[in-house]
This record gives sequence, structure tokens and C-alpha cells, in this order.
Amino acid sequence: MNLDQLQRRLLAAARVQTPSERVPYGFERRVMGRLRAVPALDSWALWAQALWRAAAPCVGIMLVLGAWTLLAPPAKSTTADFSQQLENTVFATADQEQVPADLLR
Amino acid sequence: MERTEAELIGAVLQGDAASFEPLVERYSPRVFATARRYARRESEVEDIVQEVWLKAFQKLGSFRGDAPFEHWLMRLTVRTCFDFLRGHQRNRETTFSELSQPESDWLEHFVAEPEAAEADADAARQLVTRLLEQLPPAARLVITLLEIEERSVKEIAELTGWSVPLVKVRAFRARAQMRKALAKLSSEKYL
Repeated sequence: MNLDQLQRRLLAAARVQTPSERVPYGFERRVMGRLRAVPALDSWALWAQALWRAAAPCVGIMLVLGAWTLLAPPAKSTTADFSQQLENTVFATADQEQVPADLLR
Repeated sequence: MERTEAELIGAVLQGDAASFEPLVERYSPRVFATARRYARRESEVEDIVQEVWLKAFQKLGSFRGDAPFEHWLMRLTVRTCFDFLRGHQRNRETTFSELSQPESDWLEHFVAEPEAAEADADAARQLVTRLLEQLPPAARLVITLLEIEERSVKEIAELTGWSVPLVKVRAFRARAQMRKALAKLSSEKYL
């Protein structure tokens, strides 16, 4: 079966038929009724709603971070490690210079 | 004397909601025709059109008036239809046994004599609807706009809010997906 031809034929069939533009009786009045029922959009009300919604997650995050700060064990001081690393780095150059020349060949 | 479109929009923006009714009357036929391409049941079509008008009323302030109101409304309609398709996504494959008698007859007729198969037969249209229902929302939208309504890529980009390259990529994928669905449907019977 030639799928290309079949697809073209089917799409051509779909093109021939244009959907109906019929509007159900009284549709406009129904829409207008719905529009009157919908409250007008107030940008301040939208902001207030969004901020109120954001308040609860913010309080939650604040509480979690507060608890974490209080309960987490203090981090170990790494001063000794740094001094050791510095010493190693400085003496590494000196150690290299003391290597006998015949070993480097 | 009949008020112009700009006068009606201006009045609605100044708080006269009743001035919106003539706009609903004037453009509802086009909105209905568009919605009927994407929804099969009449109750779904009415829901889509009602949603379009609610959005149009609420967003009327964003209509700048540099393009006709109809273009702005059709963009809103196409986007609402796309939202509807995404909300009612059915990942269901049609099997040959599910086709109605006229549909399978039309397919058999096409296989026997491809040139003689009627192009405007109802069965062929039902088959297309069936195939389109199997496609993902973006693919269905792009096939409908590009292949059935014969709109240009640029027009589709304006209607959907997608970029031109994205429309091209989606059109390419959509055609492949449609071909795949068609191949699957026909292979059950003829391969």
C-alpha cells in the first residue's frame, strides 16, 4: 500500500469538509450571563492573593533553616589542615631540589 | 447606527460589559468552526468557545488595536483549543478491528484502486479524524493548521506563539507520527 498517497488522499478529504459555523440558540446570552457572574479582575487583589499563597511556603522554609542552624553540629575547624597543606606545598619544592641529579636522569 | 469594533472594545474597557455582546454575536461562528476541528462532542465545543470568550473579556485590555480584533481572537481560540487537546490527551491506538464498516470498506477500496477511491467520502474524513485523535496535541494542531487549513508556517507561528523553526520541526515530526499511525493501522490488515 502506498502510504504517501493514502495520507495525501485522506488529508484532501479532510480539506473538503469545512466545520459548521452554527452557533447554538441563545449562546450569546449564556456567555454574557457567565461574564456578569465572573468578578472583574483587580490587579491588587491578584497580588494580594499571590503573596498570601507565598507566605506559607516562606514560613516553612524559614522554620526548616532555623532548625537546621540550631541543630546542625558545628563544623570542625580546618585551620590545622590548611597549615599542614601549606607546609607540605612549601617543603615539596625544597625536597625536589635536594633530589640527587643522577636519580632524575 | 451600528457601532464599530473599536467603539465596542473601547466601551467594554470603560466598564460597559453589555457592549461585549455584539462582538460575541459577530465572531462566535468563526470560533465555533475552529473549535469543531479539535473537539468532537458538541458539549466540548461549547465549553471551548465559552472559555475563549471569558478569556477574551478578561484579557481585552491587552488588545492593542494594531491588528484586527479577529486576528487577536483567533490566536486566543487556537491557544484555547491547544490547551483543550493537552487536557484531553488520549494515548489510544486505533486497531483495524475498531474501524467502522464504511471506513474499512474505503481502505479496501483504496488498496484495490488507489486512484478510484473517493476523496470526499465521509468514511475518509472519519478515518482522518481517527488518525488525528491518535496524535499528540502539538502534532494534531500543526497538521490541522498546516495540512487541513493550509495555513503558512508564518501564520501558524503567529497563531500558536511558537517560533517559525519550532513550527517547522513540529510539522516534520507530526507528519512522521501521522505516517506511523497510518502504517500501523494498515499493516494489521494488509501486511
